[in-house]
Amino acid sequence: MSAEVTLLGVRHHGPGSARAVAAALERLRPDAVLVEGPPEAEPILGLAAAKDMVPPVALLAHAADDPARAAFWPYAEFSPEWVAIRHAVDRGVPLRFIDLPAGHSFAEGGDGGAEEEDAALPRDPIARLAEAAGHDDPERWWEDVVEHRRPADGEDALAPFAAVAEAMAVLREDGGASLRDRQREAYMRGRIRAARRAGHHRIAVVCGAFHVPALERTPTVAEDRALLAGLPKKVRTEITWVPWTHRRLSQLSGYGAGIVSPGWYHHLHRTDGDPLPGWLTRAAGLLRAEDHPVSSAHVIEAVRLARALAGLRGRPLAGLTETLDAVRAVMCEGSDVALALVRDRLVIGDALGSVPEDAPAVPLQRDLARLQRTLRLKPAPEPRELDLDLRKETDAARSRLLHRLRLLGVDWGVPVRSQVASTGTFRESWRLCWQQEFAVRIAEAAQWGTTVERAAVGKAVGTARAAAELAELTGLVETCLVADLAEALPAVMRVLADLAALDTDVAHLARALPALVRALRYGDVRGTDHTALGEVAGGLADRIRVGLPPACTGLDAAGAAAMRVHLDEVHGAIGLLGGDDGLADRWAGTLRSLARREPTGGPATGVPGLLRGRAVRLLLDDGRLDPAEAGRRLGLVLSTAGSPADAAGWIEGFLSGGGTLLLHDPRLLGLLDAWLTGVPAAVFTDLLPLLRRTFATLEAGVRHTVGSRVAAGPLDSGDAGPAAEAAEVDLARAGAALPVVALLLGLPAGAAAGSGAEAPPGAGRPRIPRQAGGRDT
Amino acid sequence: MTDLVTDVLRQHAEDAFAAELAALAARDDRPRPERWRLSPWAVATYLLGGELDDGTVITPKYIGPRRVVEVAVTTLATDRALLLLGVPGTAKTWVSEHLAAAISGDSTLLVQGTAGTPEEAVRYGWNYARLLTDGPSREALVPSPLMRAMADGRIARVEELTRIPADVQDSLITILSEKTLPIPELGTETQAVRGFNVIATANDRDRGVNELSSALRRRFNTVVLPLPGSLEEEVDIVTRRVEQLGRSLQLPELPGGAQEIRRVVTVFRELRAGLTADGRTKVKTPSGTLSTAEAISVVTNGMALAAHFGDGVLRAGDVAAGVIGAVVRDPAADQQVWREYVEGVVRERDGWQDFYRAARENAR
Repeated sequence: MSAEVTLLGVRHHGPGSARAVAAALERLRPDAVLVEGPPEAEPILGLAAAKDMVPPVALLAHAADDPARAAFWPYAEFSPEWVAIRHAVDRGVPLRFIDLPAGHSFAEGGDGGAEEEDAALPRDPIARLAEAAGHDDPERWWEDVVEHRRPADGEDALAPFAAVAEAMAVLREDGGASLRDRQREAYMRGRIRAARRAGHHRIAVVCGAFHVPALERTPTVAEDRALLAGLPKKVRTEITWVPWTHRRLSQLSGYGAGIVSPGWYHHLHRTDGDPLPGWLTRAAGLLRAEDHPVSSAHVIEAVRLARALAGLRGRPLAGLTETLDAVRAVMCEGSDVALALVRDRLVIGDALGSVPEDAPAVPLQRDLARLQRTLRLKPAPEPRELDLDLRKETDAARSRLLHRLRLLGVDWGVPVRSQVASTGTFRESWRLCWQQEFAVRIAEAAQWGTTVERAAVGKAVGTARAAAELAELTGLVETCLVADLAEALPAVMRVLADLAALDTDVAHLARALPALVRALRYGDVRGTDHTALGEVAGGLADRIRVGLPPACTGLDAAGAAAMRVHLDEVHGAIGLLGGDDGLADRWAGTLRSLARREPTGGPATGVPGLLRGRAVRLLLDDGRLDPAEAGRRLGLVLSTAGSPADAAGWIEGFLSGGGTLLLHDPRLLGLLDAWLTGVPAAVFTDLLPLLRRTFATLEAGVRHTVGSRVAAGPLDSGDAGPAAEAAEVDLARAGAALPVVALLLGLPAGAAAGSGAEAPPGAGRPRIPRQAGGRDT
Repeated sequence: MTDLVTDVLRQHAEDAFAAELAALAARDDRPRPERWRLSPWAVATYLLGGELDDGTVITPKYIGPRRVVEVAVTTLATDRALLLLGVPGTAKTWVSEHLAAAISGDSTLLVQGTAGTPEEAVRYGWNYARLLTDGPSREALVPSPLMRAMADGRIARVEELTRIPADVQDSLITILSEKTLPIPELGTETQAVRGFNVIATANDRDRGVNELSSALRRRFNTVVLPLPGSLEEEVDIVTRRVEQLGRSLQLPELPGGAQEIRRVVTVFRELRAGLTADGRTKVKTPSGTLSTAEAISVVTNGMALAAHFGDGVLRAGDVAAGVIGAVVRDPAADQQVWREYVEGVVRERDGWQDFYRAARENAR
C-alpha cells in the first residue's frame, strides 16, 4: 500500500503498544483513524470523549431480537484502541471501526466478539517469535521487547511498528490464518479502500499486529468479495457502552480479556518515569492498612531487590514477576497470604469504569425495564411494602422477578415478615427500595446473561460450582425454587448431591437440611418437580439421625449451644418433611437415645445436659413422652448425685422456647423449686448466670406467674394447682365453640360433634403448642 | 570431585564441588560484587544446575522453584540479610551452605543456633589466659564466625535463628544494620567490609520458640522454601541425595532403588497431603512432618540394610520399617493413621503387595 496508509500493529491491551500508538498518532497527525472493532459502534463512539466516560468500559453488542446472543469488546485506559479512539474523538478526526460487523457472527449463532478479540493475536505467533529469540516464556519476552520498552529521545515513533510488522510478516509466510481471520482481513481492506476513496490523505489503522501483513497486501477487490461472499446475512444488532472492571478484564474465560495484571498495566500506563517506586509505595500503603509493619525502608529495599533481580535475570527493566518477588521477600516476610492481597488489589485492582447517562441501555437493563412495566412495579427510591399472593399470576411473576434480582445481587426487594400476619406459604411480603447503585450491579450482572432469567440461571450455576459448604448450596436450591429457575436446578442439584455425599460433619448437614426442606415445601406450592430434592433431603435426614448422637457426645458449652440450634432446626425440618416412611419415628428414636446418653465419668463421656434436656422437651412436645416420665427425668437430673452444672444445662434445654410447661404441670415447678433451694451456696453462684439465661428467655407472663406461684407458698401439693382447675371444664360452653373449630380444621360438622363427646386424643394432659426456638439463648 | 578421596565423613560444599566452582569461575564473565567468587548469575547456575558453554555439567544442588534461588542470591548482593524459612527438611541448611560456598568459597563461618547459644558465639569471646597476663587486647580476643566474616567480607551463616535466645538475637541488629561490631573493652570496633552478609535459617513449625523481634525481622529478606511441588521433583531430589550419601557412606550401588524411592516418596506425599496421588481417597495425616529429608534418610537406611543384611537388592522390606518409623511418631494416634493407610490404600494398589506384606510384618 502507498505511504498514505500507516498500519499500527498492536497487542490488544498492551500498555507499551498504547504508548507507542499515542506517539505515532501525535507524529502522523492523520486525517482519518481506522480501528479494529465492530462498525456497529460508530454512532456511539462520540461518547468516548464524554465527561462521565471512565475506562475500563466495554462495547456490548447483541442481536436486537435475542439479547442472549451478545459480545463484548472491553477497553481499558491502557488499551491501544482506546488511545486511538480518544485521539480521534478529541481532535474531531473521522474515526471508523473496520472489523467485520458483529451482526455477521450473531447470524452464525456464535457469540463472536470476546473470543475473536483473543484470537486476533493468538498466543502462538508470539510464542514462535519468542522461540526464535531464544526465550522460553513468550509473555515475558513480549513484555521485555515491546511493553516495557520506552522509546529513546529522537527515535522514530513509527520504528517499533515497522519492526513488529516485519516479524509478523515472516511468521505469516506459511499461512496460519483461519478462514475467519481472512474474511475479517478482507473486510478491513475494503474499509481502508473506502476511506481512501472518501478522500482522506493520511490514514492511520490501529489493528492487531497479527493482521498487519494481510492488510499490507493489496489483492483485487473481486478476490476480497469472493472471500466475503460466504458470510451469512447480518442480523440487526444493537450496541452500547457498559461499565467494566479490571477484575473482569483479568478473567480468562467468558467475557474477560485474559489480561493477568490490569492494575499493573494501568500503573505502567499512567507513570512516565520509573514505575517501581510508585507502585511499591502503593503496595506498602496497602499492606500497612492491613496491619503489616511496612516502612519506607522496606520500599527502598524492595526497589533495589527488584532491580537487582531484573539484572540477574537479564531483563531490561524489572517486570511484574521481579516486583512481586521483591514484595514477597521484603514486605511480606515470604508469606504468600499477604502477597495474595497485593496481587488481588494492586495487580488486578478494583477499578470500575463508568459510562455517560445517555449511552444506550444494557439488554439486561432493558429486559428488567420491560418486566417492570408488564408487572407494574416501578423502581422508586422511597421504601414501600408489597404483599404478594402467590396464587395470582401477576404476583407470582413479581415474586419470581424479585427473587431473581436478589440472586443477582440487586436487593431491590427484601423479604419482610408479613404485615397481614399470615404465615401461609401463599403469601410473601417484600420491602421495595430502589437504589442508584443497582444500575451498576445490573451492568455487572450483564456478564451472566442478557435477560433477568438467563442471568439468574447463569449466576446460580456459577455460585453452585464455587460453593464449598453444604448450607450454601441448599440455600441456593431454595432460591432457585422460589425464583423458578428450573434450568439451573439440575446443575445445582448435582453439586449438592456430590457435596452431601462427601460431607461427614453433622453440623454441616444439619445446617443444610432446613433450607432443603423449606425448598421442598415451596416446591409443593409452586408445582415444581421435586422428587430428586426429596431423595436428597431424606438421605440427609437419615445421615444426621445416625451421626447425631456421637456428634453430640463430649461437647463443651459453646459447642452444645450451637448444636442445640441445629437440633431444633432439624427437628422442625423433619416435622415438615413428614413422609410415611417412618422418618419421624426413627428421629424420635434418635432423640430418645440422645436423652439417655448421660455422662458417666466426666463431661466428655456423654451428651451435655443442654442437649439431653432439649431432646426430652422435643419428645414431650410431640406427645411421644409422658409428662410424668418427663417429670421423672427432671427429678433424676436434679437429684443430688448429678452435677449441678449439668442439671442447669438440662433445664435450659428443657425450658427454652416456652415455659408454659411449668404452669401446666405444677409438679415440674415443684421439683425445680426443691432442687434450687437445695443447691449449696457456693455452687449456686456458679449456676446463677445459667439459670438467669434460661429464665430470661421465658415469656414475660410465664415469668410473672411462676414468680407469684413460688412466692405464694409450697408447691409440692400439686392437686391444689391450676391443673386441677383446668379439669373443671364447662362442657356446654366449650361445646358452643366446636362448630367453628371444626370449620377451621375443615372437619365435617358431625365429626366435630362426635369427637366432642369422646375424650380428645391425649386427654388429661395439656398439649403445649410448639413455639419458635429461641435462637438468641 | 570424586578423585578428592578423603576420610572425612561429609565434605564441605566448597570441597565436594570444587571442580564445578572452578569451572564456573573460569567461564563467568559477568560483573561480580566485591569479594564474591562468582557473579550472582553464576551462583544461581551453581545451585540450579546447567551446562556451561565448554560442556561442563553443573549438577543441580537445589531442585525447586528457580525464583527462590534467584531472590536469595540477589538478596545477598544487596545490604539486607537473607532469612530462609521452611518446615524441617526443606533443604534450608543445604541451600545456605551452598550459597556461602559459591559466594565466599567458604561455608564454615557458621553459628549453630541452640537454646544455649551465648552472646560470644555471635560477637566475640576472650582467651582468658592472655586476658589475665596481657590485659584486654586484640590478641586476647577470640572472634566469632560472624566477626571473622565481617573482617574478611564473606558470608556468615546462622542456623536455626529462632532457637537462639532473644537477647542474643538482638546483638545481631547492630551487625546487620550498622554493619559494625563495637568492642567497648578495647574502645574500637570491627567494621564489615564489602562482601559480608548473613544467611539465617529458621523453622516454620516452631516459630514460637523465640519469635524474631520486628526490628531484627526488618533486616532480613525472607524466602520461604516450599515442599517439593510434584512427585517427580521429589523423587529426583531423593535419588540424587541418596546417591551422594551412598557414595560418602561407601554403600554399594544397589538395584531396585528407583522403584522403592518412588514408593517411599509416594507414601510420604500422600500422608502429608491427606489425599492419595490419584485424588480419589482421603487419608488421615500423621503428626510428623514427613519431609523430603526424612524420605532421604529412610531410603539410605534401607540401602544400608539391604547391603549388609539383605540380598543386595533394595526391597520393600528394607524400607518399610524406616517408613513406619517416620510416620508413627505418636504411638497411639499415628499407629491408627498408618494402619488405616496400609489397609485402605496400600492393600488395594497394584504392584504394592510386597510393600503391604512388609508393612504388616513390621507393624508393631
